[in-house]
Amino acid sequence: MSVEVNTENPIVITQTINLPKQSKLKDFLSILMGNKAAMVGAIIILFYIFIGLFAPLLAPYDPYKIILEDKLLPPSSEHWMGTDDKGRDILSRILFGSRLSMGVGFAAVAFGAFFGIIFGLVAGYYGKWVDSFIMRLMDVLLAFPGILLALAIISALGPGLINVTIAVGAFSVPLFARIVRGSTLEVKRLEYIDAIRSLGANDFIIIFRHILPNILSPIIVQGTLRLATAILSAAGLSFLGLGAQPPSPEWGTMLSNGRDFLFSAPYIAIFPGLAISILVLGFNIFGDGLRDAFDPRMKK
Amino acid sequence: MLMFVLRRLIQTIPVVIGVTFVVFFIMQLVPGDPAVLLAGEGASKETVNAIREQLGLNRPLMVQYFDYLLNVFQGDLGSSLKNSQPVLDEIMVRLPITMELAFFSILITIVLGMAAGIISAIKPYSLTDTSVMLVALLGISLPSFWFGLMMMYFFSVKLQILPVAGWDSILHVILPALTLGAGGAAIVARMTRSSMLEVIRQDYIRTARAKGLREHVIIYKHALRNALIPVITVVGLQFGALLGGTVLVESIFAINGLGRMIVDAIRMRDLPVVQGGVLAASLIFVIVNLFVDVFYRFFNKRIELN
Repeated sequence: MSVEVNTENPIVITQTINLPKQSKLKDFLSILMGNKAAMVGAIIILFYIFIGLFAPLLAPYDPYKIILEDKLLPPSSEHWMGTDDKGRDILSRILFGSRLSMGVGFAAVAFGAFFGIIFGLVAGYYGKWVDSFIMRLMDVLLAFPGILLALAIISALGPGLINVTIAVGAFSVPLFARIVRGSTLEVKRLEYIDAIRSLGANDFIIIFRHILPNILSPIIVQGTLRLATAILSAAGLSFLGLGAQPPSPEWGTMLSNGRDFLFSAPYIAIFPGLAISILVLGFNIFGDGLRDAFDPRMKK
Repeated sequence: MLMFVLRRLIQTIPVVIGVTFVVFFIMQLVPGDPAVLLAGEGASKETVNAIREQLGLNRPLMVQYFDYLLNVFQGDLGSSLKNSQPVLDEIMVRLPITMELAFFSILITIVLGMAAGIISAIKPYSLTDTSVMLVALLGISLPSFWFGLMMMYFFSVKLQILPVAGWDSILHVILPALTLGAGGAAIVARMTRSSMLEVIRQDYIRTARAKGLREHVIIYKHALRNALIPVITVVGLQFGALLGGTVLVESIFAINGLGRMIVDAIRMRDLPVVQGGVLAASLIFVIVNLFVDVFYRFFNKRIELN
């Protein structure tokens, strides 16, 4: 581990210590690539990103266009997944819906990670009453069972996709904060942090340039696994009518619509549910693989 | 042990106060003036002022919070904006249904999850293990609301062997409890397996084998007892997810429990009911966690003594 100091300005310390060594990165990638399940997960995620990006080119029909004479058509060569009660092509709606469901998932996790990382870093680095105060607050947020905190937030802010994103993100904040705090506590005890401090670096530089890059692996693992939960929660809230509103092709909203036709046209509910399940499965197995690759000791 | 319970009980108090604090302040995020919202559109300024005065909304926020806290501790959760009934009365009607659903679901989570985990751990990396873990992974990934609908379609619509919705007999419990408990069972199965595998690698298990003990004695008497300790914590945490999940499952199966009450109240913008429902569910979760901690400690202690 080497620390190089810019002699003209001691605060600027080159970041050589934070970069993963070439061999370490190689080890990580070789473990990850060797994990077949993780690779399946990665392919699933990439596939969904692809269909989300190219939905306008891939979708055979307009996902919003109502054609009542085509309503409730079962799967066929013309409509691979059938049509809904308003004659809209389910496949096209699922393709477009991937943008919404993944968008909400990514945005919610980014929101939760941003605040969770800051809280965790500050609590872990400063310790004492700052740590106690922040972590007790996080304990309180964790005392809300499941999606109830998200529900309380939506009840105040009102239904809608943006509010669902905030609500689901808020529910991830304490989970990120806990992990980041734990990792910060470990890293801040290391000698190189003392060395950097003695060279005159301020707290901001120590926290964001020297601690944060060294605790990224648990954050990435948590982020990937949280994406699965965030997509599920957001779809669940839309299913309850509290997230995306019709005629939006969000998967949870589509499923909610399909519930009314479970007897006559079950495929309206089957395909959006499958779309959510496969994507969530992808994030779960990729997240598991990442965890094993970052910390092979965790592999059971 | 008594000291531990007392200490843990004291630690719970700030969490409970914190929960009331968060619930109270989330409700302050409601856009607009609550007095105007309550008075309705087009109400006169005098009416709005009267409502503000009557509900104490013109006082500082912290004073309003302490008032709210005092009322909560006296069992007064306010009244519904829709039917003016006390929120606590509504909760007391709905809560037993949700607790019944939660009880059967957690039973499924524990029994199904542990059995699957043990089966996997006995023959690790075998076909059985891989299949069970694959099913567990699917269990974690399937949205409960979709799983519930699909079971409803299969068992109620196609096979017609279970009722579609409602909460009248034990037959009505099966599908909702399975829907709610399946995800947790998958998590418990994964945890039981990894915990069992860790324990099985320990020296004392090797010693037990060397002594010539039968395999089932080793697994059930020696390994399982130690492996269960981390699983208890996971089951406790699952109870929280399960309480949250009742919101979805009760809506799918038309069960008039606490979860459905909260969702209906959100749709009708009946904020005191939402506030009371979320608070009640959170307090139950805090109490369950307290029990889990005490149970965990007790279990651990017994093992230490043994």
